[in-house]
Amino acid sequence: MSTKSTSKGSQPISSFLLRKPKVRLISLLTLPMTWIVGVYIVSLFLLLITAFWNVDPFTSRVRPGFTLENFIMIFTVPAYIATSIRTLFIALSVTAICVLLAVPLGIYMAKIANPRLRNFLAVAITLPLWAGYLVKIIAMRLVFTEEGFFNWFMAPFGIRGPGFSIPIVILTLTYLWFPYMALPVYTAIRQIPPNLFDASSDMGAKGFTTVYRVVIPLIVPAIIAGSVFTFSLSLGDYLAARFTGGATQMIGSIIAANINLNPPVAAAYSMIPIAFVVIYLMVARRTGSLERM
Amino acid sequence: MKGKKLAILSALSASVLIISGCSSGSDESSGVAIEVPDVPMHEAMGEFEGELNIVNWSGFVEPAWTDKFTADTGCKVNPRVAGTSDEMVTLMRTGQYDIVSASGDAALRLIVGGDVQPLNLDLIPNFSDEIAAGMKGNIYDTVNGKPYGVPIGRGANLLQYNEDVTGGAPESWDVVWELDTPYKGKITAYDAPIYIADAAVYLMYHKPELGIQNPYALDETQLAAAIDLLKQQNQVIGEYWSDPVAQITSYVGGNTVVGTSWEVLRKFAAQDNLKTTLPVEGSTGWFDSWLVSSTTKNINCAYAWMDYTSKPDVNGAIAVNFGMAPANVAYCASSPEAQAHCDTFFAEDEEFFKRIWPWTTPIETCVDGRKDVKCTSFQEWTNAWATVKG
Repeated sequence: MSTKSTSKGSQPISSFLLRKPKVRLISLLTLPMTWIVGVYIVSLFLLLITAFWNVDPFTSRVRPGFTLENFIMIFTVPAYIATSIRTLFIALSVTAICVLLAVPLGIYMAKIANPRLRNFLAVAITLPLWAGYLVKIIAMRLVFTEEGFFNWFMAPFGIRGPGFSIPIVILTLTYLWFPYMALPVYTAIRQIPPNLFDASSDMGAKGFTTVYRVVIPLIVPAIIAGSVFTFSLSLGDYLAARFTGGATQMIGSIIAANINLNPPVAAAYSMIPIAFVVIYLMVARRTGSLERM
Repeated sequence: MKGKKLAILSALSASVLIISGCSSGSDESSGVAIEVPDVPMHEAMGEFEGELNIVNWSGFVEPAWTDKFTADTGCKVNPRVAGTSDEMVTLMRTGQYDIVSASGDAALRLIVGGDVQPLNLDLIPNFSDEIAAGMKGNIYDTVNGKPYGVPIGRGANLLQYNEDVTGGAPESWDVVWELDTPYKGKITAYDAPIYIADAAVYLMYHKPELGIQNPYALDETQLAAAIDLLKQQNQVIGEYWSDPVAQITSYVGGNTVVGTSWEVLRKFAAQDNLKTTLPVEGSTGWFDSWLVSSTTKNINCAYAWMDYTSKPDVNGAIAVNFGMAPANVAYCASSPEAQAHCDTFFAEDEEFFKRIWPWTTPIETCVDGRKDVKCTSFQEWTNAWATVKG
């Protein structure tokens, strides 16, 4: 590498950058830093500030000021507390179901299926990502309407769907975010050397013991990585609840309802999912999984 | 910035004075004096500015009638569709738009906030006797005797039912409110704070002891009673709707049997078993008008637009396209199809619309004329609405 860049004249930019480490650093970081600071940090900061503002009761205009009223409301109004807990429950359920489905599927794809089937399954998992997010939610809505596909298909077995409710929201979100869990888990399992399975079996471990004592510990970082997606995406979602939840209300529903009516409350309430995710990441960090990701 | 703050403060203190009873001469038409910022009125038509930025409901601004307007006046029309009244208010407050097709629940908010200006009706010759009487001079767009809006059209929030299941028209709204409803889990309701007024309309009829005179003028006890009713409804409800398509699929798919709807949604659903009715309690409705921004730079184009869209044919075209009763009833006599449309939407039936309470922004000044109490504002309705769904 160094021999190349010393050949002066042929690559003037590279040799210039080699001589000026500071310029090198700046040119590398300008774009991502502008993005992170300009778009992420600033908007988050503005959001945080708005949470302390209030709304003029007379004109319902937003007024800059300082009040803790919005935060007090979030922690005292029963409907808000119930919605926070419900949303947390939904996000955790979605994550748990995704893990339960992704691990066996990953083991099968990586270690048992033949290459053709493996490729087919990989395509099958990723294919839904090509469809629009809203399209998939509406599709789930149509499947689970009273006279929809599910009830029609299950009618011969005497089974009827639960109607639009929390279980359907969990199902819809699982459907939406499953690829984000399945792919890292599958990749992690593929990277486990086959001889570990042989060794485990030599030591007398049966299938499930091997999965539990060998596979799972090795893929925890992948599960954490996947769960960051499934958990945080579920926390912030509101369209799934609106279209497939019936009267179910999630954190996002309240934020969406307030975004025009009472932006400070919406801003204050958006701190709840942020807090959940930060706590989640801190717990994940304590387990040491983030370093191994 | 500072000046603005001061203006708001002075407006606030003035309003407090009025509410506490030192009310000055109230106007004769409605008997309610509402403190509004002093915004000057357009005095005479001038040259057209060349463009017009409109915030509108989907279907109000279409090339079929804007092309001719642009050809006549040279005002290029830039429409921006909004999905809810609240979005309209937010958009108008950005100051980037000249005119808005506001429903009454947005209109009074904009007027009180000083976001829109009073109108000089002399400059709008088509705002004439042809405009339906029930759409003129209503509290949501006529404040202290000053008109702020030019009517576009109106529609009622009707009770839509699946006749295959109900076997006939429900006489009362009780099928969507009471715990012993036969349609538990198959009920839909409109998903917005303004729906609190529907609960108030029901209470006006069934609990006269609460003393509700106007569903948009609720004191704290009356609001609490309405919220209790909504919480009760929450136990039997299947779904809240704000997206019309979701509401239609819900009825067609069998998830919803009874609930709030608009005549136009029933038409879109195109199912013979779906019918609408106006129950004995009456109902709420949306009355839309054009409101002009107080900071507009295209005032002449805005006036020309309001005049143009008040013509019978243009007003009728908007009403047919959106699915509502046109404000200009002269349209109805123009053809058999027009008459059929007017009949479907009760355009000329003032008796029908007398039983409809037009959406009006609730404000602290009681719009029913009470002076001894403070009414709940839209902000309180918004906060209360969030507690309904739990």
